[in-house]
Amino acid sequence: MSAEQILIWGGGIMYEFKYHKASSLDEAQSLKTNTADGIYLAGGQTLIPTFKQRLAAPSDVIDLAGIEELRGISTSGSVLSIGAMTLHAEVAASTEVRDSIPALAVLAGLIGDAQVRNRGTIGGSVANSDPAADYPAAVVTLNSSVITTQRTIVGTEFFQGLFETALTEGELITRLEFTVPDRCAYAKFPNPASRYAVVGVMIAEYSGKIQVGVTGAAGCAFRALALEDALNSDASSAAIDAVHIDVENFNSDMHASAEYRAQLVRVMAKRALAAL
Amino acid sequence: MKISVTVNGVDEELEITPNALLADVIRDQLYLSGTHIGCDTSQCGACTVHLNGMAVKACTVLAAQVDGQAVTTIEGIGSPADLHPMQAAFKEHHALQCGFCTPGMIMRGIDLVNNSEVLDEAAIREGLEGNICRCTGYHNIVKAMFNAALEMAPGKTTEQEVV
Ligand SMILES: Cc1cc2nc3c(=O)[nH]c(=O)nc-3n(C[C@H](O)[C@H](O)[C@H](O)COP(=O)(O)OP(=O)(O)OC[C@H]3O[C@@H](n4cnc5c(N)ncnc54)[C@H](O)[C@@H]3O)c2cc1C
Ligand code: FES
Ligand code: FES
Repeated sequence: MSAEQILIWGGGIMYEFKYHKASSLDEAQSLKTNTADGIYLAGGQTLIPTFKQRLAAPSDVIDLAGIEELRGISTSGSVLSIGAMTLHAEVAASTEVRDSIPALAVLAGLIGDAQVRNRGTIGGSVANSDPAADYPAAVVTLNSSVITTQRTIVGTEFFQGLFETALTEGELITRLEFTVPDRCAYAKFPNPASRYAVVGVMIAEYSGKIQVGVTGAAGCAFRALALEDALNSDASSAAIDAVHIDVENFNSDMHASAEYRAQLVRVMAKRALAAL
Repeated sequence: MKISVTVNGVDEELEITPNALLADVIRDQLYLSGTHIGCDTSQCGACTVHLNGMAVKACTVLAAQVDGQAVTTIEGIGSPADLHPMQAAFKEHHALQCGFCTPGMIMRGIDLVNNSEVLDEAAIREGLEGNICRCTGYHNIVKAMFNAALEMAPGKTTEQEVV
């Protein structure tokens, strides 16, 4: 690109890359294999800000938007299935989601803002494993499976750390499957500027057993086993207060200290319990 | 690379670089400078346009992604002689001061009315999560949007008037 073009188009702020629009999963994967440092693009609501900050310099961007089989929401028996490229706005508005797991529609509607929800996808959010993202709370709580081009990954084994997942090089998420719980609620304390979760807690009940998933507090989403034990013997606010929250792996940053996050886990858990 | 995109109803064939942002192409290549760029963190919403009828942040979309699709910018919704009801309501209710956030607010406002089920004051305030205004304190923006909604989609608004 010439200096003149940079001036005219302003596109010079990002590193240069080649752009491909894949029309099938096979094409996307072979582009990934055959390019030096290709990266998948879903809604771009994480990736494009990253490009703009020059924190990523891929050789090729492989757009997944043309792959029809990555879209759509369906239910079969007790399983709700959501295609990787389904938009946050689509999940929030879906009657299928509202009828089966209303708390998941609520969660999707709390992500960022309307413009972000009109572009961002569930697959992109889950693949990214941002510690403050909302969907991971649902993935660990709702007896879910992450279906990829290679295999099925159990939801509780998917997130492995800060921006780290079980996905291997080139592996693509095709859809998410959630088991419909008897009851479920999500409570989030949003960062006032970005709306990302400082802490988010999802509580679900399956045949009388309570499961609690937490996002925002640590490097990645996790199941709060101490809270689950307490709530399974006494499903009350007082039981939550009595639980010791281990802050050893908690995040501490300018938004909140680890101790404050531990307190938010309790408060969000109480709010989710009250809404259950 | 080449893209074809319909901008404000006009079919455009554009030569772009793969890393060009939609906002930059709109402003610097199509000379539609009503779409503003107010931040580099995808948070302010000044760059809001409609992509296939839905509000998106043009600073967080690659121009390459909109090949074959339809974009509407603030220039495409009305004219000084024939304001869109949302623009007229902003004028009537003094919903702007410096005006920098206004194009994004108006594009989001239209999207909010078109794509919401109900519109009361709380829904409008919540719906403005992705648009930042440094001047007005939002109140007159909410009032303008409520009154525009009364005109654009009377069935969606509640009786409760924003005062
Ligand atoms: C202002 C703002 C506020 C936000 N607030 C929130 C919030 O409150 N809560 C929240 O959870 N998120 C928030 N987000 C993030 C948003 O939800 C993103 O949409 C999401 O994190 C990424 O999804 P995407 O579709 O945009 O993915 P992209 O940005 O396109 O991709 C993200 C990453 O995932 C990879 N990827 C994408 N799809 C797949 C796939 N199918 N298989 C494998 N890898 C894939 C990409 O290669 C990339 O590394 C916010 C974003 C912005 C800009
Ligand atoms: S310029 Fe697009 S969100 Fe600020
Ligand atoms: S009127 Fe000045 S930023 Fe909104």
